[in-house]
Formats: sequence, structure tokens, C-alpha cells
Amino acid sequence: METRGDTFPRLVLEHAQVRGAHTAIREKNLGIWQSWTWAQVADEVRWLACGLASQGFKRGMNLAIVGDNRPRLYWAFAATQSLGGVPVPLYQDAITSEMEYVLNDAEIVFAIVEDQEQVDKLLEIMLRAPRLKRIFHDDTRGMRHYTQAELMSYDRLRELGQQYDREHPGFYAQCVAQTKPEDVSVILYTSGTTGKPKGVCHTHASLIAASRGDVSFDGFTENEEVLSYLPMAWVGDHLFSYAQAMVAGFTVNCPESSETVMIDLREIGPTYYFGPPRVFENLLTQVMIRMDDAAAIKRSMFHYFMGVARRCGTQLMEGKSVPLKDRLLYMLGNMLVYGPLKNVLGMSRIRVAYTGGAAIGPDLYGFYRSLGINLKQLYGQTETAAYVCKQASGQTKLDVVGRPLPGVEVKIAENGEVLVKAPSMLKEYYKRPDATAESITPDGYFMTGDAGFFDADGDLKIIDRAKDVGRLTDGTLFAPQFIENKLKFFSHIKEAVCFGDKTDRACAFINIDMQSVGNWAEKKNISYGGYVDLSSKPEVYALIQECVEKVNADLAADEQLCGSQIKRFLILHKELDADDDELTRTRKVRRGFVAEKYAPLVDALYSDKTSQYIKTQVKFEDGRTGDVEATVRIQNAATHAARRTAA
Amino acid sequence: MSAPARRIGDVILKLENISLSFGGVKALSDISLDVREHEIRAIIGPNGAGKSSMLNVINGVYHPSAGSVTFKGNTRKQMRPHEAASQGIARTFQNIALFKGMSVLDNLMTGRTLKMKAGFLSQCLYFGPALREELEHRRKVEEIIDFLQIESIRKTPVGRLPYGLQKRVELGRALAAEPEMLLLDEPMAGMNVEEKQDMCRFILDVNDEFGTTIVLIEHDMGVVMDLSDRVVVLDYGRKIGDGTPDEIRTNQAVIDAYLGVKH
Amino acid sequence: MGFFIEVLLGGLMAGVLYSLVALGFVLIFKASGVFNFAQGAMVLFAALTFVRLMEIFNLPMLLALALTVVVMIVLAMVIERIVLRPLVNQPGIALFMATLGISYFLDGFGQAVWGSDVYTLDVGIPKEPLTILGNLFEGGVLIQSEDLVATVVAGLLVAGLALFFQKTRIGRALRAVADDHQAAQSVGIPLNYIWVIVWTVAGLVALVAGIMWGSKLGVQFSLTFVALKALPVLILGGFESILGAIVGGLIIGAGEKLAEIYLGPLVGGGIENWFAYVVALLFLLIRPEGLFGEKHIDRV
Repeated sequence: METRGDTFPRLVLEHAQVRGAHTAIREKNLGIWQSWTWAQVADEVRWLACGLASQGFKRGMNLAIVGDNRPRLYWAFAATQSLGGVPVPLYQDAITSEMEYVLNDAEIVFAIVEDQEQVDKLLEIMLRAPRLKRIFHDDTRGMRHYTQAELMSYDRLRELGQQYDREHPGFYAQCVAQTKPEDVSVILYTSGTTGKPKGVCHTHASLIAASRGDVSFDGFTENEEVLSYLPMAWVGDHLFSYAQAMVAGFTVNCPESSETVMIDLREIGPTYYFGPPRVFENLLTQVMIRMDDAAAIKRSMFHYFMGVARRCGTQLMEGKSVPLKDRLLYMLGNMLVYGPLKNVLGMSRIRVAYTGGAAIGPDLYGFYRSLGINLKQLYGQTETAAYVCKQASGQTKLDVVGRPLPGVEVKIAENGEVLVKAPSMLKEYYKRPDATAESITPDGYFMTGDAGFFDADGDLKIIDRAKDVGRLTDGTLFAPQFIENKLKFFSHIKEAVCFGDKTDRACAFINIDMQSVGNWAEKKNISYGGYVDLSSKPEVYALIQECVEKVNADLAADEQLCGSQIKRFLILHKELDADDDELTRTRKVRRGFVAEKYAPLVDALYSDKTSQYIKTQVKFEDGRTGDVEATVRIQNAATHAARRTAA
Repeated sequence: MSAPARRIGDVILKLENISLSFGGVKALSDISLDVREHEIRAIIGPNGAGKSSMLNVINGVYHPSAGSVTFKGNTRKQMRPHEAASQGIARTFQNIALFKGMSVLDNLMTGRTLKMKAGFLSQCLYFGPALREELEHRRKVEEIIDFLQIESIRKTPVGRLPYGLQKRVELGRALAAEPEMLLLDEPMAGMNVEEKQDMCRFILDVNDEFGTTIVLIEHDMGVVMDLSDRVVVLDYGRKIGDGTPDEIRTNQAVIDAYLGVKH
Repeated sequence: MGFFIEVLLGGLMAGVLYSLVALGFVLIFKASGVFNFAQGAMVLFAALTFVRLMEIFNLPMLLALALTVVVMIVLAMVIERIVLRPLVNQPGIALFMATLGISYFLDGFGQAVWGSDVYTLDVGIPKEPLTILGNLFEGGVLIQSEDLVATVVAGLLVAGLALFFQKTRIGRALRAVADDHQAAQSVGIPLNYIWVIVWTVAGLVALVAGIMWGSKLGVQFSLTFVALKALPVLILGGFESILGAIVGGLIIGAGEKLAEIYLGPLVGGGIENWFAYVVALLFLLIRPEGLFGEKHIDRV
């Protein structure tokens, strides 16, 4: 079932011909899963392309796509590409200033958006983005009084497309024929931990090469089912729900809404799943909360069998030898715990699951694998179409990201930075020859900015961002993400930021998980009046201290990291938020920004104060701003002496 | 940005000289007011002014001791709640009156009760016309679920939902009856700012998309003034003001009542 | 071991009959919050009507059954019209007292119309004992085939009721009324109509229970006392749970038979008559809402 198409529009036509009746995409609407076959998709794409052409969209123009994962928005990619235009997906939850920047930078003329919310945003931006001429919207709800000439519903556009298609037979085929593999097929903006976003230009060729590599590496077929729930603007989703689906011809399922993902996941039961560690973390948090609420018998059964799974689950999955007793216990556990649990998680049918985009905590990783879910790590970034390294089934190790994929060359620079040369590499940064030149070496390697090395087995090990890895003043290695991930494994901790580079001790900011800690407090009969109040409760501090000290015990076991145990910590009075620029859109902590914004708190951590007053500005969802003030308590945590590992 | 195209029509509900007393205590005395088609009409007043009693009279829970109620041209003195429902009046309650043990979906489906026609036997056996009808009702209910953005709690028992969402579900159940007139008893009581904003948007959307006439009671003056086309002010069971929000703002009797000035 | 299983099975199947009666209580309690003291009287009345229709008018069984069903529907309508409707919005205790009245009325009325003798009821349920598991235990395990039939019938009835409650719109309306009267009215569910349906269903369950008990013990006045056994069953299972009524009945049934056999000799026998009440009392102390009852937590 090899596909031959060398551009995405040609792949659509190929699937329509070869497997026209196979389901290409589904969407849950009004409580029912609606589906479209490849033949129907090919029609929809053609009509949309013709519709856009009828409205004056031409080769060389860029088209913005904004919204949740919807079939029509995925078709917008293919339709734009058919016409020789370039689709530019935007993060739908971006605030207007961010969106405005991208719209202007990418010189967007047309936009296809999901609903009223996005239309309102774009209409506002339009005043400052004069190139933007037309907006097409999928969902017409609440828009009957919108009379702007720039607006048109998707349905109307589709009608016009059908008409145009009738009047210009052969137009579409001719357009598709003109599209070349080396044309830019998409511009993906990187959220960037620093500076303004940059547009990464990928060609049909680079994305199809990456997808072909992925598909053959894991043996994906047209029968895979995936749930597309990640932001469409993220390379992960574009590769997983668009490029790979186009190459392999498998079925993409669009959730009903962003709040129903868990339910939809259970209903679909995907066979292939991809998500950043955060998603796996959230799933696990929900499981843990349920378990905390469960009856004592159920809870102890869960913990007992999870113990069994930790002992032998991964070995069993990899077909290694396991004592008979454990084997039997695991079978029993599968019946009583793992099976039902996987079903609740929607992971009963999963053949392959990947995580990437950030380091995954060891406990988190172990949890899924011990359940028999084949969770593997991959390594890559927007610029390499997430196609650099992957773990092969049966060859997984916790702290490595696998070996270079076919066609990829990886080398380590003298400063430890990972350099990559691959067919999946970006063509350039959009209108940024300076940035392109800066990040690609003269001999054609992309500089990833990650620090790492190959271990004895030839697996690539990523330590941290090259610029984040530091040392305490006594020379101890300090890898902040490593510690933060350990903290975040606790369901009560949502976010953690560690400090320590060039100082005498490691300290941490903690964000509690409102849902989890709130539940806990309710059960303990601790009354509280919201996030700020809950964060400052002495009982909550004690709870978090316990977590921190467990992490310290873990760190003590590692000779190199023993010195970076957390000496002092505080619980932040507000949640770190992407709207306040504290997190990136992909929810990575902007470490430097946070340190600067909360400088008085950082200073207090390194003094012997027990509390510190702070006032912070916050942005509400409607764009207004306000102040949050609090006196934050600072607490010491017990550390452990280095545990000598039996040599 | 959006040009309001709502056309306010003729009087759809007319209350004339309504009086109501409970064992000698006069709850309402000689109140007359009208509601026009497609408008949002608010009833405000201090605690104990008789606002809820007014809704209960419209809805047939209370039977006025004097006066008449005319809805869509039919004048009547007494009516039962389910008769009011069958004439196209749906309502929500101050203290949410949902079926707590049932799922959101089932709650909304009960809202369709009056729209259901299939005979008793086929309902029991769940086949043929009843099954087809059930699917149609389910579709309508799903549209409301979509409209109110409560997809993720479709199967959740209502009792487990937070207060703000329960209010939204209750609105959904009232909408499921496809009413011509919607009575909302303090739809925003006990909500935080964000929930209030959501609820306001839904009320406006309902009025706009479905053309539903809305009569609402609300404490939050800001909300009332923003939402309503016309406002009636009650105080101690008497009507002391009636007009557009702007007129009410400058009405001396209303200002006195709200500021507690002795007459 | 074979003997133990025999006692256990016998007890479980007797328990099914308790469950049947308890089910009638639960239905009415769920839908109207009324503890229907007259459920026992309804069992007797239904069985009497059925058996006497066959005897006096010489009607074929199915016709008599159909007529009895009609009688139970009419009864439900009469009760709603002259007892429940005037008492709408009265406290539960008033309604309970009213059902007490219904109970005395039905007992007297039924016997006045149909006579007060002991009538044998034979609806063709096989009575021969069966021997099962003969290859596992010496002598096998002896069970009564009529108990087996009762079990199957009860199972079908419960499955039917569950479907009716969960899947039909009438069932949904019944659940809605049970949940909140005021809200149910406001969405246009007519309360009176629902009550007629609930009492009809309870009447039909009473009829089934009456036929089962009647063909076992004969149709006679003491059937109303058998119905009292439903009380401990309800306390055990919870007043609002259909599943509770079933499980409660099974536990009581099996418990009292086992107690009679294994504990009886120690205290001189007769345990069967009071064992159920002691279990119920213990339960009231430990878990007053019953095994499957809803724990009412009022959120602030």
C-alpha cells in the first residue's frame, strides 16, 4: 500500500482513486460521528479550491487557517496547496497581538476560520493588517447579523466552488499538475522560547519524506485510527493528522470540542497516538484523582497491581522473560486494573504511541509502558518536521530518544549541541535569511539548540536546552527540566520552575494543580476561597513539601545530581499562563521571563526570609488586565545525603 | 459590529390588574404589564417585591385572586403549569429545579415531553414511530447541547455539575421545549463574573437566534440594564416603574425604592 | 457441601419472591416518595381477583389474567383520583396514612367481593422437585421447580422494568417525577398521569408476586403478612434501588434459611420468623441508607 504521490493534492487524488470508499476523516457533530471517504474528501478539496479561486486566490498567496481540529480546516490545507498557495495554521487560542504579528509577517490575504470567536479576532486585527482581505468561516452560529463584505460562510464558498468547478472543467487538475514537490507546502510558526515567532517553511518534499520515513519505520497502514486533538499550528499535529495521514491514507478523527477529547478518545479507541508529555501527564493526573476518590478496596487493588506492572509490565511487552508468578499476577491485573484503565484512557487498541516535544518524566513514561502501552519517544523540532530520532519498538530506554531515523545524519558539536542533516529539514525561515543562515551550518546541518550526546548503545540522549543546563557554584550539574519533570509527576503539582545555575543551592517555584489539590482539600474539609487562598494554606504547603522531599530522595540516588536537591521552595499565588507570556503556546515555561517577573520571590528564596509580598499583573480572558497581590510563604525542604549505589 | 435586526412585535402577553394574596398578605396588588413578542423584558425590585410571584402567575403555579392573564389572545383566569408549558411557556427556577440524578441529556430530553406524540404502547416497546420520533428529539436536543456548548457533560449526572453549569443545563431544558416565551428566574444568581458573561451571551443568542420572547427576573442591575428592552420595577407588590432601561434609571420612584428613601 | 448448596439455593429462590414484593414498594417510593403500605394488600387483592375470576366465572386463564390487569389499572386510576390527587403537596406522612387506609380497604373489599377462604391457584407451574449437580455431590442438590420458575419470571420482570425505566420516554418521565415534582410539572409532565402509571406498574408487579406466592401457599389472607417480609428487604437494599430490592431479597431469603438450619438447633429453632428483622435492625445501625440506597449529600 505504498503511495506514490509527491505533493499533498496528488496524494488526495491517489487515495480517492485507490481507496475511494475508505474513511478518510470523521468528526463528531451533534453527538454523532460523521464520516467522509477519501472520494468525498477529494470532492470537498476540489470544491474548496475552486471556491477560493473564484474569489481571487492565486498561486503565491498565503492563507491563514485558524480554529480547532475540523475536517474543513484540514481540507483547507490541501485546497490551498492545490492552487499553489501556502497554508499558514495559527494557534487558535493566541491573543490578538500574537495573531496580528503572524498575519502581517506571513502577508496573509485570505483566512479560513472556525467560528465567530475567530472572526471577531480577525475583524479586529484587520484594521492593522491591511493585506488581509477575505475571511471564510465554517460555523455560522451567532453571525446572522454580520454584514461585512469581507466575510463569507464556508457553505457559500463551497457552493461557489461547485459552480466554478462546473464552469471551468479541468481547472483543478491543471492546478494540481502545476504544483511541484519542491514548492513550499506550509509555513509553521514556532512559538519560540525567546523572541518573535519565526515562520518555518516546509516543502511538500520535506514533509512527505518525513512521513514516508515514519510510516515505514512503524509499519503504519491505512487502517490506523488517530484522534487529531493537538493544535493545528503545531508541527506535531501537522505531521500526525495531515502529512502522515495523507501518506498512509489512515483515518483522522476530529473531536467534538476541546473539552470532550477524553470522551472522544474512548469512543474512537485510536491505534496510533501522539502527544507531548503534558497530555500524557494530564491523563495520568485524572486517573490519580479518580483513584484518590475511589473506595479503599479499589484503591489498594490499583496500587498493588500498579506495583506488579512496574515490576514486570515493560519486560512482558518486550517479550523478555519474567517469573511465572509475576506473569500470572500481571494477567490478573490486566483483567482487574490495566484493561479497564486502558479502556477509560481510550488506549485499549493502541499499537504505537509517541511522545516528544519535551522531556518525559521517568515515572510518567514507566506508568504507560508498564500498562502494556507501547509508548515511545521521538526527537525532532518544527524545523526538522519532528523527524530526527525515534525509539524502535522493543529498544526503548527511559532517558534516550532513540537512534537517527533513515536518511538522517546527527552529529554533536563541540559545545555539546545536537546538529541534524535530514531530508525533512526546513527550506528556510519565511523572509528571514538572517535567521536561516544563523541556524544552518555552511555544510548543511541544522543547529537544534539542544544539548545531548550518544550513549554506548548509539542512542541519542538529550539533557536539556543547551542554554539551560548549568552548574551550582560548587560545580554540581544542574539540569532544571530534569528536576521540574520529577516534581510535575505528582498529580498535585501542575508546573514547577527550578533555579540554581551559578548559585549555591537549587530552589523551586511550584504551581499547584487546582483540580487535584482542590479535591484533596475538599476531602480534608479544608475550606478555601479560590486559587490564591488554596495556594497559601499551610496544609497545602505540607502536602507539597512531601512531594519535594520525595524528589530530593530520588535525586540523592544519582551521584551527579545529588547536589542539586531542592533546599527551598514556594507555591506561586497565580497559575503560570500563556496569556501572561509565562508559558509558550505549547506550554513550556519561559524560564528567564518568569525569573525576571518574579524577581523579588527569587531573591527571597536565596535569602532566609520566610515570606515575601508580591504584586503581579494578570491578563483576563477578555483582554482586560488586573493585579493579583499576595504574600507568598517560603518553606525549607529536607535534603538527603548522597546514597552510594552498590557498585 | 452586529446590527440588531430583531423586530419587536405585538403584545404577546398581557397581565391586567393582577392581585395575589397569601392568607391575607398581599403579594401583588393591581399590577398590569405587557410583554411584546421577541423582546427581553425584565422584572426587578428589592427582595420580597413580588417578582417570583409574578412569574408564578404567568406560569400558572399561582392563581391570582383578581385580574386576568392574556397569552396569545387567550384570556384565562386559572391554568396549571403543564398547560402553560403546552401553550409555549417554559421556565427556569431560582433554586435550580433539575432532575439531579439524571444525565444532562436525559434532562434535556424531558424538556421535549410536550413535543412527543407517539402512542403509549409504542413508547413502551420503543419501536417504529416512537423510535423515529425519539431520534428526531435527540437531534433537536443535540442542537441545543451544541448551542450551549455543553457537549463534554452530555452524559454526566446533573447533580455532579458545578452551579453555573447547572444553570446552563436548566436553560437548555427550557429551550428543548422550543418555547415562544421563556421565563428566567434569576438566571445569574450566585454566578461569578465570567459565568454571568456567558449566561448573558446565551440569553441574547437565544433571543436573537430563536426569536424567543424572554421575561427575566434579576438582581444584578448592570446585567438587567444591558440585556433588557424594557424593565418593570416592583416594590412591595406594587408596580412603581415601567419603561426602557434609560427611563427606569431616571425614574424617581425607582431610585427612592432602591435607595430606601421613605415616601 | 451438597446439603449446604441445597439450602442456599432454596433460600435464594425464596428470596426472589421477597424481592418481587419489595420491588412494588420501591417503584412507588421512587416515583412519588410515598411509602406504600398497601403493597401487601395489593398482592392479595390481585391474586384473589385472578383466582376467583377463574373459579366463579370459569374463565380461561389468559382471559382472567387480562381482566385482572384491567382491574389493577382501574384500581390505580381510582387511587390516583380519590386519594392522591386531593393530597398533592401534603407531607409524606399524610400520604403514608392514606396508603394505610387503602390497605385496610383493599383487604376488606377484596374479601367481601371474592370471599375469604383459602383458594388453590394452579397456573400450570411444574411442582416436581429437580435434582441437579448429581455428578458433583452424592445425591445431588434438590431444588423446587416452582422456585426456579419464580426466579426466571422475576428476572424477566426486573429486566423489563429496567428497560422501561432507562430506555423509554415514559420511564424517563417517571425518573424525572421521582427526582423533582415541581420541575417535572414545569416541563409539561402531567403528574396525575404519571402516578396512574406508577401505581399500575406496582399493581402488575403485585399481581406477579401474588400469582407466585399464591400458587405456592394458596391464595389467602396471610399473603399480606408475607408482604411484610419486604420491609427488612427494603431496609437492607435501600428504599430507592431496584437492584437493592433484588439483592436484599436474596440475602434475606438465603440468610434466614441458612440460619434456620445451622443456627436454629442452638437456640431451639424458629429463627426463620424473626431472623430477617434482626438483620434489618443491624443494618439500620450500620448503614441506614441501605446497601444500594443513595447517600444524600447536600452540597453547599
